Order: sequence, then structure tokens, then C-alpha cells
Amino acid sequence: METFDRIEDIEIRLLLEALYHRYHYDFRNYAMSSIRRRLRQAREQMGVATISALQEAVLHDPDMLPKLLRYLTVQVSEMFRDPGYFRAIREKVVPHLKTYPSLKIWIAGCSSGEELYSFVILFREEGLEERTIFYATDINPDALAQAEAGVYQVDRIRLFTENHRRAGGRTSLSDHYRSGYDRCVFDRSLRRNVVFSDHSLVTDQVFGEMQLVSCRNVMIYFDRSLQDRAVGLFREALPRNGFLGLGAKETLRFSRHADAFRDFVREEKIYQRTGT
Amino acid sequence: MTGARRGAVMIGASAGALEVLSLILPRLESDFPLPVVVVVHVPPDRRSVLAAIFDAKCRLRAIEAEDKEPLAAGVICFAPPDYHLLIEDGDTIALSNEDQVLFSRPSIDVAFESAADVWGDAAIGIVLTGANQDGAMGLKAIAAAGGTAIVQDPGEAYARAMPEAAIAACPEALVLNADGILSYLQSIIR
Repeated sequence: METFDRIEDIEIRLLLEALYHRYHYDFRNYAMSSIRRRLRQAREQMGVATISALQEAVLHDPDMLPKLLRYLTVQVSEMFRDPGYFRAIREKVVPHLKTYPSLKIWIAGCSSGEELYSFVILFREEGLEERTIFYATDINPDALAQAEAGVYQVDRIRLFTENHRRAGGRTSLSDHYRSGYDRCVFDRSLRRNVVFSDHSLVTDQVFGEMQLVSCRNVMIYFDRSLQDRAVGLFREALPRNGFLGLGAKETLRFSRHADAFRDFVREEKIYQRTGT
Repeated sequence: MTGARRGAVMIGASAGALEVLSLILPRLESDFPLPVVVVVHVPPDRRSVLAAIFDAKCRLRAIEAEDKEPLAAGVICFAPPDYHLLIEDGDTIALSNEDQVLFSRPSIDVAFESAADVWGDAAIGIVLTGANQDGAMGLKAIAAAGGTAIVQDPGEAYARAMPEAAIAACPEALVLNADGILSYLQSIIR
């Protein structure tokens, strides 16, 4: 047997084509293994028999699109996730950033905003916030709206607080939010220097020169060719000595652009742009 | 050496994993013809030492997977903490942050199901000791795709729940003790 369940793979490819042509969401070069899994979940939970039935529904009913996007884009994040990463940003990257009169930081694939607020709070603590513009981008409008609202379930705050402490936080996380009922609302002032924007690493271009790009656990959902495209955008956005931060288990080892970066903090996957 | 054979040996284990893996992995010869992928339930917030332990103990190289790691014959690839590990077309590893499955990330089911999709009858799934149900559905998927399903004898397992669940979901699975599993693997030739 060459390929198992080939019909399903055909259906998935057709659905992804349909999404692109109808709505310009391009998942065609996403990692197939996890797309397959999440479309099966969507099929089961929406109570339809086949992936083709999902395609039929989403082509003819625009209300289906956000539902399907929730399956196709993974929204798992936490504030100061992998505290060692943020500690390395604070201790190793910030001293370099302090030498610049103004800064642009790009949080690519910001999802519901946890990583963005982690950066803004860290920059506030380090006295860099006032000279920084943060660009927070994602393809999912629901996630961007959540990021802009800055509201999180109160039961997540304990983890966020512990992460913040382990990341070397100089303030108390509770200085930055108000809680009421079961929710915490992060301080509006944290969004003063933030630009939220719809941006796709798959189809869009670079929009400016950045001193730091943080793109964590976004490209794991891409195939190798699409990863190359995304890293190519970061390469273009970063001047010599600009920084790129990836997720804990992501690497540039397999990238076409590996030569354009050097390890800066190897164990935390922080890279620095070389002159090439 | 390039792997002439398709597929890989997918191993899932939880409570008691270290002991039983120590009976199997260090005894594989350095010319073992297939990639070995191991998913062990490890705590999400700490670095895992499994790859380092087995790299020191084994004739094969043992590594912790990074995203898009290409699989190679005779390399033992461990799933990293707090990520699901999936097999991509083209025999590379893709990681994912999706929700936990049966309170587990990495999940054995997720890894095994992707192996069944990619390799069909060339996938080999082995469910070892563990105290939950993870792996059962994945093993069933491998068997349904025509692959080989193996379960550690629950009577020998440190925790019998996981092998028992796997046998219940996949009655056609071969039930073997650790020595039997090793013999099966040693019988795989290029």
C-alpha cells in the first residue's frame, strides 16, 4: 500500500485550495500531519461525514470560516512561556537594544497576545518601552481581537505569574492587570505603543526594519518550503546584528537561510543576523 | 548508510518507561535498519534527559527531536517535553503545540496516528508500560493501516493499564515481553 487513506488526502488538498481561492487563507504549505489531524477533529465535531462536506459548507457559508479557522490555527500560548527565553532576552539581548535610540519589535503570529504582553511588560521593566513600537501580527482576526482586548481567564494567572518570576521579572505581574470575576484585564497603557495588524507570513511582505523578531511555535505548523519563506521575511526585516527568537524546539539548522544568522543564545534559540 | 526500508519503529511508554526502554534500546545493533521514534510522557516544564541517557547507553545515536528533523536509519529520536510529535510526509518530524490528548503532550496516539497516515503497512507501533490509555487508538490506527502492532505483556509491565488498553483497542496486536520485543526488532533486516 503506497499511501493509506488517499481519498482523505485528496479531500484535504481540495479544501485548502478552496479556502485559498474563496477567502485567501493559504494553508496549502502547512505541515500536513497536523492539518490532517485538526481537520479530522473539525469533521467529527461539526458532525459531518467527510472533509468534502466541510469544504461544501465553508465555500457556501462565510459564517463557517471562523469556525474552521479555529481548527486550522492553533491557539496555545501563555505569558512568559519558557521563562529561560525571556530571561535571556532580558539579560543578553536588552543590553544591545539599549544602545538604539528607537526600536521596532515584531511579534509574528501573536495569537491571543500572551507573548506580546510579556514583551511589553519586560520592556517596561527595562526602561525600553517608551522608545519601542511593537508590531503584533496574526492571520486570525478573532485572535487579534483577543490580543487587543488583553483579557485572560483568571485561572491562568498563577502560571503567568510564576513564569514572569522565573523570567527575572522586576515588578509584580499584578501591577499590570486588574481582576474581576473570573477574568483579568491587562492595563490599557501596555497597548500604547502596539500596532495590531493582520499579516500573513505565507502571502504578505515585510513592512519595515525591525531590531527584534520573535516568532515562537508558529513555523512548526509550516512545511520546509514555507518555513524558508517566513525566515526569508525575517532575514529581510532584520538589519545586521538584529535578533530573531524562535520556539524552544525550533531551529534554523534546516533552513535555506541558516547562513544569514548566527547562534546568539543557542539553548534559547535566539539568533543574530549576520552581515550576509 | 541510507535507510533502504520505509517506515520506522514507533515506541510509546509512560510510567516505568526508563526501565523497559533500558532492556531494549541499548541492545540494538549499530546497523539497525529503521529510524526509532520514542514518545515518553515527560513533565512539560523541565528539560528531558532521556536522549542524553540513551545516547550514552546505546550503540545507536539518541537525540531529542527538533522541528523538521529528518528521520534516519538507526537514530533514536525522542519526543521533546510539551510538544506533540508527528511524522510528516517525506519522513521528517513536525512538532505541534496543540491541546493535550489524554492529559499528555507529547501524546503517543498523536504520534502513532501520523505514522499510520504516512507509512501505512510499513509502520511498526509498540506500546509499553504506562498507567493511562494513551497509545491505544494510535496502535489501532497503525494496525488498520496494515502496519505491525506490538504490545508489552501487561503481566510484565511496570504499569499494566496502557498495554491493556492497547490490547483491548487492537486485539490483533502481538503481545510480547521485553525480550520478545527485542527479538522481533533484531529480526528486522535491511
